[in-house]
Amino acid sequence: MTAQNSLRPRLLILCWLLLLTASLSGCTAFADRTAPQSTVFPLSDWGRSIQDLYSLVFLMSIPVFIGVEGFIVYAVVRFRRRASDELPNQVHGNTRLEVAWTVIPSIVLLIIAIPTISAIFYSDAPPASAQNVLKVTVIGHQWWWEFHYPDLGVSTANELHLPAGRTASFELKSADVIHSFWVPRMGGKVDVVPTRANHMWFTPDANAVGVYPGQCVEFCGIQHANMRLDLVVDTPSDFEAWTQRQKANAVQPTGGAEQQGAAAFMDATRGLCFSCHAIRGTEAKGTIGPDLTHVGSRRMIAAGILENTPANMQKWIQHSQDIKPGSKMGRPVGNGFQNLAVTDADAAAIAAYVFSLK
Amino acid sequence: MATIAAPAGQRSGLLARPIAPTGVWSWLTTVDHKRIGILYGTTAFVFLLIGGLEALLMRTQLAVPNGRLVGPEEFNSLFTMHGTTMIFLVVMPLSAAFFNYIVPLQIGARDVAFPRLNAFSYWVFLSGALLMHFSFIAQSVPNMGWFAYANLTEKTFSPTPAVDYWVVGLQVLGVGSLAAGFNFLVTILQLRAPGMSLMRMPLFTWTTFVTSILIVLAFPVITVALIELMFDRLFGTLFFNTSGLNGDPIVWQHLFWVFGHPEVYILILPAMGIVSEIIPVFSRKPLFGYPFMVYAVASIGFLSFTVWAHHMFTTGLGPIATAFFAASTMLIAVPTGIKIFNWASTLWGGSISLTTPMLCALGFVTMFTIGGITGVMHASPPVDTQHQDTYFVVAHFHYVLFGGSIFALFGGIYYWWPKITGRFLGESLGKLQFWLMFIGFNLTFGPMHFLGVDGMPRRIYTYPDGLGWNLWNIVATIGAYTIGVAIIVFITNVIRSMRNGEIAGADPWDGMTLEWTIPSPPPHYNFETIPTVHGRDPLWLQKHPQLDGHGPGGQAAPATAMQHAEQEGGHEHPHMPDPSYWPLFAALGLLVAGAGILMTASSTGYTMLVVTGVGLFILLVGIFGWSLEPVNG
Repeated sequence: MTAQNSLRPRLLILCWLLLLTASLSGCTAFADRTAPQSTVFPLSDWGRSIQDLYSLVFLMSIPVFIGVEGFIVYAVVRFRRRASDELPNQVHGNTRLEVAWTVIPSIVLLIIAIPTISAIFYSDAPPASAQNVLKVTVIGHQWWWEFHYPDLGVSTANELHLPAGRTASFELKSADVIHSFWVPRMGGKVDVVPTRANHMWFTPDANAVGVYPGQCVEFCGIQHANMRLDLVVDTPSDFEAWTQRQKANAVQPTGGAEQQGAAAFMDATRGLCFSCHAIRGTEAKGTIGPDLTHVGSRRMIAAGILENTPANMQKWIQHSQDIKPGSKMGRPVGNGFQNLAVTDADAAAIAAYVFSLK
Repeated sequence: MATIAAPAGQRSGLLARPIAPTGVWSWLTTVDHKRIGILYGTTAFVFLLIGGLEALLMRTQLAVPNGRLVGPEEFNSLFTMHGTTMIFLVVMPLSAAFFNYIVPLQIGARDVAFPRLNAFSYWVFLSGALLMHFSFIAQSVPNMGWFAYANLTEKTFSPTPAVDYWVVGLQVLGVGSLAAGFNFLVTILQLRAPGMSLMRMPLFTWTTFVTSILIVLAFPVITVALIELMFDRLFGTLFFNTSGLNGDPIVWQHLFWVFGHPEVYILILPAMGIVSEIIPVFSRKPLFGYPFMVYAVASIGFLSFTVWAHHMFTTGLGPIATAFFAASTMLIAVPTGIKIFNWASTLWGGSISLTTPMLCALGFVTMFTIGGITGVMHASPPVDTQHQDTYFVVAHFHYVLFGGSIFALFGGIYYWWPKITGRFLGESLGKLQFWLMFIGFNLTFGPMHFLGVDGMPRRIYTYPDGLGWNLWNIVATIGAYTIGVAIIVFITNVIRSMRNGEIAGADPWDGMTLEWTIPSPPPHYNFETIPTVHGRDPLWLQKHPQLDGHGPGGQAAPATAMQHAEQEGGHEHPHMPDPSYWPLFAALGLLVAGAGILMTASSTGYTMLVVTGVGLFILLVGIFGWSLEPVNG
C-alpha cells in the first residue's frame, strides 16, 4: 500500500511537469508562421522593435518559469510526508534569502524596463525619415474603415494600400465610438478615439509586398467581429498606378445592366443606396457607408468578410442583415435594421454597376 | 428613545426581533456571520454555474470558424455577463463567504463588528445580482462588455435598456461590497482576541484586511463613474457623450480602471490568503517569511492603485504616462514574486501531504506564476500593443483569476468544508475534480496564448476560416467542457458529503489557527470563552510547546494557552445578537429603488422615478427600524 501511495502522486506530478513543459515549448513551437495575423513575424520597423522586446521578455521568462515551477514540483516530490507523525524543522524564514528574491527580480525588471522605455519613446516620436512620409488618415466607423490619403487626394474603404519600403504615418480618428486599428504583421494597435486624434507610423519592409489582414480590436458594438480590413503592400510602381486609378472619378456606364444598376442606385424607391454611399462624379454623396467610387477594385466587401464578386455583391445588397446582423447596411427599423427591400433584378443590376467601378 | 426601552424579554409588537432558530425565516433574518457566509457561498456557486454555462456557450460558438450557435447580440451579452458574473457574483462573494465564515473564527471573535450590517451586505448583494439578471427576463441583456467603455454605452449607440441593467445592478452590488468592506475593517481592527497583535494575524485575515481597504477605496470611484453614466443615459448629461465635444470617453476608462485594477487584487488577495493557510498546514511548517508576506500583501494593495493605466496603453496616453505606468506595473511583480518564492520555500523541507486542498493550493501557485509571467510581458507597453485585446490577454487573466482565484477558492472549500459542515468532502472525488479541472483549465486557456500570438482578438462572436485559429479553438472548447465535468464531480462530492460524508472532528487537518480549536460545525457563539493568543499560529504552538520562543512573533507562551475553553465549559452560553428583519427590509428598499430606475430607463418620461422614491422610502424606514430595534432578553 505504501509503495503504491508514494508512486501514484509521483506519476501525477510527472504528468504535471510534462504539461508545463509542453505549454512552454508550445509558446515557441506553435507560433504559426502561416497565421496571417501573427504578431511574432513582423514585417515592419515598428513591428520588429516590438518583437525584439517581446523576445527579450520571453527569453528572460523561461528561466523564471522553469526555476519556479521546477522548484515547486521538486520540493513536493522530495518532501512528501513519509510518516504520519513527522514534524519537519520549523523554519520561519530567512531574511537574506528574502532580500535576495526582492532584489534579483527588481534587477531583472530593470533589464526589461530600460529597452521598454526607449521603445516607447521611439514609436511615439515622429518618424526619422520625415520628408518622404506617406500620410494616411484612418477613420473608424461602426463597422468599417475609411482611409484618406490627404496628400494624394485618394479616399477608400476597408482596403489600405501602402508602398513597400516607404514610411507611412497615420492619423487615427473615429466617426462614432472607440475602435482600435491593428494590422498585426506591421506592429501593434492604436485606439481610434472620438474627440481626439491618435498617431502611429511604420515602414513596411521593402520585400513585404503582399496582403495582410487586420481588424478592429476594441469592442465597438454588435458587429465588432466583422470590422476587418486588408492592408495591401504594393511595389512602389504598383502603388503609383493604384493611386492614379483611385484619384479618378467613377466612370459611368453607358448601357446594359450597369446603367440600370446606376439608375436603381440613385432611385429613392428602388435602391436608395445614395443616401449612405458616395460615388465621386455622381450625385451620390452619402457618408454613412463606405465610398464606392472604386469599390470594384477591392478584394473584399462588407469590411473584409465577403470576397468581392458580383454574386456576393448581390447577396450583400439583399441579405446584409443575415450576413452581418445589426450592421447599418439595411433599412432602419426601431433600434435595428432590416434587409433592404430591393428586387432581385434591381439587386443584380446594382451589383453589376458597383462591381464595374474599378 | 422610548421604543428601545422595551423591557427585556418582550417579543410582541412591530419592532420585536424574530426568534425562529430554523426554517426559512431563520435564514432571512439571520445575523450570524457563519450563516451569512453560507448564504454568500451558496449564491456564488449558483452564479458560478450560470457564468460557467455562459462560458460553455461561447466556447461552443467559437469551436469552429463561422459558428452559428448564437448571433452577435447574444454572444456579446454572453461575454459581458460572463465577465460581470464571474467577477462580481462569483469570485467576490465566494471570497466574502470565507471572510464571513472564517475571519471571525481566525481572530477569536464571536461575530463580526456589525452583524446586521453584515446581513444587509448579503441582501444588497443579492438584490444587485437579481437586478442585473432581470435583464434576461426583459430580454435586454447587457452587451457592451464588463468594462462598458464609453461612448458605446451612450444612448446614441446603446439605445436599449441593456446598459442600464448593468449600471443599476453594479451600483447596488457596490453598496453591498462597501458595507462589507467597512464591516471587516472594523472587525479585524477591533475584535481580535487578546494577544492577537496585527503581526500575529493569520495570513488569510491579513488579506481580508487589505482587500477590505481596497474595496473601501476603489468602489467609490466606480460608484461615481456609474452615476455619471446613469445620468448621461437617463437625463442627457454629457460626461462621456462625445457628440457635443463636451464629454470624453477616455475619462470613463480612467475612472473604470482606477477602480478596476484594485478590483483585480480584490479578486486575488483573498485567494493568496487561502493558499497561505493551506500550504503551511499540509507542509507542517509555519509560513516561510511571514513578515515579508504581510509586507508583500500591503505593498500589492498600495501599488494596485498606481497601475490602472496599463489597461490603456493603446489609447494614446503619451510617452511619459506610458513609461510611468509600465514601470509601476513591473514594480508590482516584485511583491508578487516574493509571495511565490515564500510559498515555494514553505514547501521546502516540509512534510507535504497532497490532499485536495493542498493540490488546489499548488495548482494556484504554479498557474498563478504563469499568469504573473505573462503579466510582466504586457507590462511592457510596446509588447502590450500586440497583446492588448487579444486572446493572449484572455489567457493571461484566466491564469490569474481561474488558475489563481478559482483554484484557491476550491482549495478553501475543501479545506474549510469540514469546519463548516462537520463532514469531509470525499478525497477521491476531490482529487478527480482537481485533476479534471487542472487539465481542462490548461487545455482551455493554454492554447489561448497561441491564439493571441496568432492575432485572434477577444470579444468576437465569429471568425473566418484560414487565419490559423481553428486547431486551438477546438482544443480550448474541449478543455472548457472538461472543466464542466469537473464541476459536476464537485457537485456530486457535495451531495455525497452532505448525505454521508466522513465525520470530521474539530481539527481534521492538524491545523495551526484558532478556527480549528472549536467544534465542527462551530456552535452559534463560536468560542465558549474568547481565547488568549500568545503567538502566531496559536494552535500549532499549543500542539508543539517545544516551539515556544522560537521564531519571530512567537514569544514564550504558556503551555495551557488553549485550555481555557475546556476549563470554563459548562457555563451558560454567551449572549449573541438576535436575528433581525431590518437588514432584509432595508435591502428590499434598494431593490425596489433600482427596479424603479430600470423602469424609468425602459419607458419614456420620468413618472417611473416614483417607484425609485418608494424604494428609497422603504430603505429609510428600514434604517429607522434598524436603529430603533429592541434587544431580546
